[in-house]
Amino acid sequence: MSAPSVATTASAARAEARLEGDCMHVVLGGHWRITQPRPAWADIVARAMADAKTSANAAHPPAPRCVRLAFADDLAGWDSALVMFAGEILRWSRGHDAYCDFAALPEPVRRLADQLTGAAEQVDAPPPEPAQNFLAMLGHAATDVWRKAGEIAAFVGECALGAARVARDPRKFRWRDWLDEMQQCGAMALPIVGLIGFLVGVTLAYTGAIVLRQYGGDIYLADLIGLAMVREMGAVMTAVVLAGRTGAAFAATLGNMKAGEEIDALTTFGIRPVDFLVLPRVAALGVMMPLLALYANALGVLGGMTVSYGLLNISPTAYWHEMLATVTQRSINVGLIKAVAFGLIVGLAGCLRGLEAERSAAGVGRAATSAVVTALLLLVLADAFFAVAFNALGW
Amino acid sequence: MSAPDPSTPAIEVSTLECRYGDTVVLRDVSFTVRRGEIFFVIGGSGCGKSTLLRNLIGLHPPAAGTVKFFGESFADAGEARRRELLRTFGVLYQGGALWSSLTLRENVALPLEEYTPLTAAERDELVALKLAQVGLTGYGDHYPAEISGGMRKRAGLARALALDPAVVFFDEPSAGLDPLTSRSLDELIRQIRDTLGTTCVVVSHELASIFAIADRVLMLDKSAKGVVAEGNPHKLAKPGADARAREFLTRGENQP
Repeated sequence: MSAPSVATTASAARAEARLEGDCMHVVLGGHWRITQPRPAWADIVARAMADAKTSANAAHPPAPRCVRLAFADDLAGWDSALVMFAGEILRWSRGHDAYCDFAALPEPVRRLADQLTGAAEQVDAPPPEPAQNFLAMLGHAATDVWRKAGEIAAFVGECALGAARVARDPRKFRWRDWLDEMQQCGAMALPIVGLIGFLVGVTLAYTGAIVLRQYGGDIYLADLIGLAMVREMGAVMTAVVLAGRTGAAFAATLGNMKAGEEIDALTTFGIRPVDFLVLPRVAALGVMMPLLALYANALGVLGGMTVSYGLLNISPTAYWHEMLATVTQRSINVGLIKAVAFGLIVGLAGCLRGLEAERSAAGVGRAATSAVVTALLLLVLADAFFAVAFNALGW
Repeated sequence: MSAPDPSTPAIEVSTLECRYGDTVVLRDVSFTVRRGEIFFVIGGSGCGKSTLLRNLIGLHPPAAGTVKFFGESFADAGEARRRELLRTFGVLYQGGALWSSLTLRENVALPLEEYTPLTAAERDELVALKLAQVGLTGYGDHYPAEISGGMRKRAGLARALALDPAVVFFDEPSAGLDPLTSRSLDELIRQIRDTLGTTCVVVSHELASIFAIADRVLMLDKSAKGVVAEGNPHKLAKPGADARAREFLTRGENQP
């Protein structure tokens, strides 16, 4: 502080105390740097008292009534380390009913030391957590779920109104953004969706083979994998991949835009963020998800076919014909309907969480996490709903 | 004090060239900042003030020339020494640049945790002192998002001062602040210099601040791509000084 510098070669901070009568004289030398260790006041006092005992040959040297601080000639520099040391002495003297004489120190040290002990007293205790019993917590959680469900419903409603507005006036739709987003979430996702689809087919084949071989029904593996992929796994696995890949990206993008007041700028121009940002994204996912699911279906069937040929010696032609016996257009439709719904869910969850993100770096991160969690939760709920609904319809 | 020679200037810049890719922003910049001085880097928008600052604090390596802190070159220092040198200066970024996931107390405490042998209790005490120095007593448990822009800057200053740096850089301290808050920040800068002897380098184009607290100014110009004037702002505003500096400091209202 009092002319600070970068030197680190200077001698370490040093303090020597000597008891004269009932006054403790403390001399400070060396370089006091906050990043370096400083002497402890308790040790210094103890040593000074021990010295006084031996030199005066008195069993009980007088308790110090005053502490006087002074700089030695070799004091190389001081900063907060010295201020903290002075604060330590101030507190000690208060406890030992002694008087502190800092008159020989520069004025800023005295002022900062006073400020330090003053500031420490003002350190506010954190307010006590309000007591919560189990019932209250349950109640809060329940109202929270209700509130969140309300938010999702309101957002979906707003998007539906936006879609209706766009349907009346298609020129208002951001076609360009829609195409860009479709490329991002569709074409760019082909490798990962393909790989996962293929491996799911392979896994299903190995698992199915365990059971079916016991009954000699090896050939029915084709039906099992075909139905499982087309009705269930194709759509679900694609949706899971896109929830992590695209939903999180939507939330992060919109969250960042919100933090940068870009969303506010849209609103003040009378442009609805939902029409401008959400609709193109959700529509892109709604279109690409079924196409990607079809692609995953095809790769999954290919995976199953490969394993059946290698493991069970079923020829691809036989496999294909057997599969067509059970997998009908209706099964494919079931998968596609689900995929469209899942696409809308992932897109809406991502955009909703992005738009309600807090305006900070951590808020954007939380929005991305929350987007994926919300999307996965709603995916599973929707899948269960579809299972019941298609069963009732007899599809 | 502990430096081999107390007369070494705090910062010594010689023939510094700053560029982004092939675009030269500044060339042949040389100046010195004395210890305990409040030194302003001024100039119109786009003249390279912020670029110069980024070069000085090592965020952007200079294309040519040297920057010395207390006689020691930043670029020549090894990795370990460079980390030590970094601790000798603090930076107050334009928006405060507080870490948003930490409370103000935690923001100020982080450098202390990293670099000092203080105990947790001592750290709390020192953080309370730093926050009190910038007038933020009682806000230690607030998050940066919960306080106003001016308070964020003051908290950023408390953090920049945490390790008692020899030099503090201020990037546009008055940007986005009302005149009164801006003036209180100026006062704070002067107070810190007077109490701690800290060298302050301020990048700003706020005329009121320049005339209120600057000991010396360095004027950069976009078309000259370098320094056009250096000296006391009151002298530079008078006839006889560089015409560009004079025009800037009088807001172009005092044309001959």
